[in-house]
Amino acid sequence: MNIIVCVKQVVDLEQIRIKPDSRQPVLDGLPVLLGDFDKCALEESVRIKEKLGGKVTAVAAGSAKLKDTIKEALAIGADEAVILTDPAFQGSDTMGSARLLAKAIGRLGEYDLILLGDGSDDNYSGQVPPRLAELLNLPQVGAVREMEVVDNKVRAVRDLEDALEVVEVDLPAVISVTSELNTPRLPPLSAILKAGRKPVHTWGPDDLEVTADSVGTAASTVEVLSNLAPVQDRKEIVFEDAEEGVVEVIKALQREGVLE
Amino acid sequence: MMSGILVYSELQSTALGLLTKGRELAAGLGKPLAVALLGEGAAAQADACFAHGASQAYVGNDPALSVFQAGVYAAALAQIVDRAQADIILTASTRRGRELAPRLAQKLAAGCVTDATSLSVEEGRLVTERRALGGATVSRETITSPHQVIAVMPRLFDAEPGGESGGEVTQVDLALDPPATKLVERRPKEVGAVDVEGAEILVCIGRGLSEESDLPMIQTLADALGGVVGCTRDISHEYHWLSEEQMVGLSGKVASPSLYIGIGISGQIQHTVGILDSKVIVAINKDKNAPIFKVADYGVVGDLYQVVPRLIEQLSEGLPS
Repeated sequence: MNIIVCVKQVVDLEQIRIKPDSRQPVLDGLPVLLGDFDKCALEESVRIKEKLGGKVTAVAAGSAKLKDTIKEALAIGADEAVILTDPAFQGSDTMGSARLLAKAIGRLGEYDLILLGDGSDDNYSGQVPPRLAELLNLPQVGAVREMEVVDNKVRAVRDLEDALEVVEVDLPAVISVTSELNTPRLPPLSAILKAGRKPVHTWGPDDLEVTADSVGTAASTVEVLSNLAPVQDRKEIVFEDAEEGVVEVIKALQREGVLE
Repeated sequence: MMSGILVYSELQSTALGLLTKGRELAAGLGKPLAVALLGEGAAAQADACFAHGASQAYVGNDPALSVFQAGVYAAALAQIVDRAQADIILTASTRRGRELAPRLAQKLAAGCVTDATSLSVEEGRLVTERRALGGATVSRETITSPHQVIAVMPRLFDAEPGGESGGEVTQVDLALDPPATKLVERRPKEVGAVDVEGAEILVCIGRGLSEESDLPMIQTLADALGGVVGCTRDISHEYHWLSEEQMVGLSGKVASPSLYIGIGISGQIQHTVGILDSKVIVAINKDKNAPIFKVADYGVVGDLYQVVPRLIEQLSEGLPS
């Protein structure tokens, strides 16, 4: 079973701060890491490999920091990695990213299963899995919270708003997963050390045979007009004496008309 | 030249809400408003769509549409987009819509925005807003490709009849491959008794609660207020103390109560993204530096095991006048 897992590095959302005056997020200098959904996809790929044999390849497009970030994927158990970090790729929108991943997957050749997170931890647009499936002309099954590979098929449980759907799809297929799927392992030190020796290939525009106008900023189809923290006009009246606080808050809520 | 707004949702009420908003956008952009109706019996919805502002209904039926599969539905919609000469496609960001919209966009080589929280026309352009960076920011975006595919948050727009009544039904012959996925089983979820999204008063609990057995205390407070209990992701998805339907925040429910009380919740944006529409926010936390106090109207610094019983006591004594 050849499994390809597409991952994305995201800034550590726990550490985002907002500039109070301009409402701009401060992203400079924040650590980058793999998203939680991506780790679930990786964990699942490794479990499938442990059961059925085969190979797991992690593929990611992003900044040069991927050289380090991708090691986490290798520590979880990917056998090798392909990173797409060329300056020409920077600024790609979801279509550009999907094109890059599709080209890289095409170059890798044989595969049975493509796994991704159902959305990235940062923007959670969920666009790359369906777009990638369309580019590769494959079926896609999303919102997967349980899955099993049997007889060259995936049997998956989809988590919809009002129902769980059990579906079967022939491989190859694109499966995008939620964080309920599994609990990703914390790699032991030995696995982290071993990860440093696993092959990481860096592919650029020539390797992927992509033209400059099909990826990167130039090809972006979505213009971001602004990206600011929402305006929150809250009173921020905090009582450090709990006893007093309880009484005062009840009075305030009555004044506000939210308590009868 | 192609120009027109096409609305599709697998949920009839959502489609009518999108048409209601679509009327405003169609007027602002000077484009006709149409609806796509897919699958067996969908044509019967045409009159309701006309009553909500559509002037055209494109009807497609094919055995391949008997079960919803994003790839097949995207192919059907792409054919209707072509026939209708539509350039803006509006759908809902349901779990299905989140698969459908990007797949359709890729077929059209178009930009796409999912989970849009607002739509407006500014200087002749359609501008969307969506949450970004895990909910920390609002990204205002406009799509620059000839086709634009936008999936808006479900139930964002209420359906209200209006516009000119009557419209034209066009049958579209679809050429579709059979679905590649097979539906084996559908298990309806138990309808939760707890309606977090519709609650007027919402009491949310987070990691500050030590034991599952302490939940009745929180429920007692909610009952005293006439409210319901919600929670952060840890409580529902890690500890499984409450149902996943009660989780508020990123990838969970978005609540808009008149009163929200957050107890033992630090205030990570992953949770607060789901409460920002509350009229009044109250926070109880033993850490006076907890970020939740920054988005709260009123805060009480203290141990929830002392503060919550005091609150219950005060509320049940009858409120002072």
